[in-house]
Amino acid sequence: MTGTHASNQRSSSSSAESAGSKVLDQAGMSWFLATARHRVENLFEPGSFVEFLPPSERVVSPHLDTFGLPSAFDDGVIVGRARLDGTDVLVAAQEGQFMGGTFAEVSGAKLVGLLRAARDNAELPRAVLLLLDSGGVRLQEANAGELAVAEVMRAVTEARSAGVVVVAAVGGRAGAFGGAGLTAATCSAIVVSEQGRIGVTGPEVIETNKGVEEFDSKDKALVWSVVGGRNRRLLGGADIYAEDSFDGFRKAIGEALKRASPFSLKSLRAEQKRLAKRAKRFAACEQAVDMWKELRVPDPAAIRDMDDASFIALLEKHGETSHDAR
Amino acid sequence: MQTLKLRHRAVGPLKGKRNTGIVGVVASGNCEALFERTPSEKTCEVDIRTSVVGFDEVWKLVVADFVERASPGGIRVSINDGGATPDVVMLRLMQGAALMEGN
Repeated sequence: MTGTHASNQRSSSSSAESAGSKVLDQAGMSWFLATARHRVENLFEPGSFVEFLPPSERVVSPHLDTFGLPSAFDDGVIVGRARLDGTDVLVAAQEGQFMGGTFAEVSGAKLVGLLRAARDNAELPRAVLLLLDSGGVRLQEANAGELAVAEVMRAVTEARSAGVVVVAAVGGRAGAFGGAGLTAATCSAIVVSEQGRIGVTGPEVIETNKGVEEFDSKDKALVWSVVGGRNRRLLGGADIYAEDSFDGFRKAIGEALKRASPFSLKSLRAEQKRLAKRAKRFAACEQAVDMWKELRVPDPAAIRDMDDASFIALLEKHGETSHDAR
Repeated sequence: MQTLKLRHRAVGPLKGKRNTGIVGVVASGNCEALFERTPSEKTCEVDIRTSVVGFDEVWKLVVADFVERASPGGIRVSINDGGATPDVVMLRLMQGAALMEGN
């Protein structure tokens, strides 16, 4: 929606100005605007984040140079372990600003390696956080990228089968599209903010293939009403809604870790049932507002303009929930 | 792609005990700068990888200015450039030095 960017330019509060270089109020700072590195350094208990394959190891893409493109020392994915409010977790964070946070050979291998490590080693933390921020596969290394997506999805389900809780958090500038959208769908729980977008085919791609009459990707209100965090959460495409701040995501992820349902044939069947019911229930809806009407939201047109507190209050009465599914 | 290797002599070693640090992101108009300590007391190495060719002189001037301002002896900076303007490069360099000094 058009107000999204303006509402994110939240200025730092006065409490942050006291300590030298701490110009920004970390707790209230926008998740949407933060870099992946900023996220992993500020989401967790101070000093608890330990990175695997840090930038100094220079594990970079073997392909980008061929295209005359600059590499990043972490290939746009940061992996490691940390502690979130007393719980040990493994974490992977995608950098949405580098090549659109894409799945590629090295960045994909880092995700797969982390998930497989969780699957195979009971002494490692039993929770994995995927801080997704990606438009999907990196086109310059498309074959490796597609394989990476498939391997990541398999690794997520295998880790879940081994009893690991895998939580996806979406609220960055690139959203979670393509392989990132698919990956999110395989997780135990999905956390999303208003700014977060989740989908498979991105708005621009739909417009290119089906025409502007089908979907106008420049109409931000339309885009957010369909793929945006509020619609996803209302319809049960995401499980927990986060305010766009570090505190907001910390709280929502903590809740997701507690609430995540176990992974079994029973939960898969419940999920299948839930999705079939949803497809049927909203089949006749032409627009997002129609779906919100179907959910019996009192004033559906007001959803996009209300503040987070009002939206969270509304969710308690009207959001689709999925206790036994996912 | 072009690689520039610049070598400078700083007045003294950069303060702080942090061994490595990274600032910035390889994005349009931005760059990442990886800072690492080297055994040398006074040498500052800056290695730049960029797809934007023809700005060697500007890079040299910005890096020389940085060395004068921060005295980053015993530091190797490796930059992956996404087309950052000189002011952004200077910002990243000063940010990286501050990170290594622990401020």
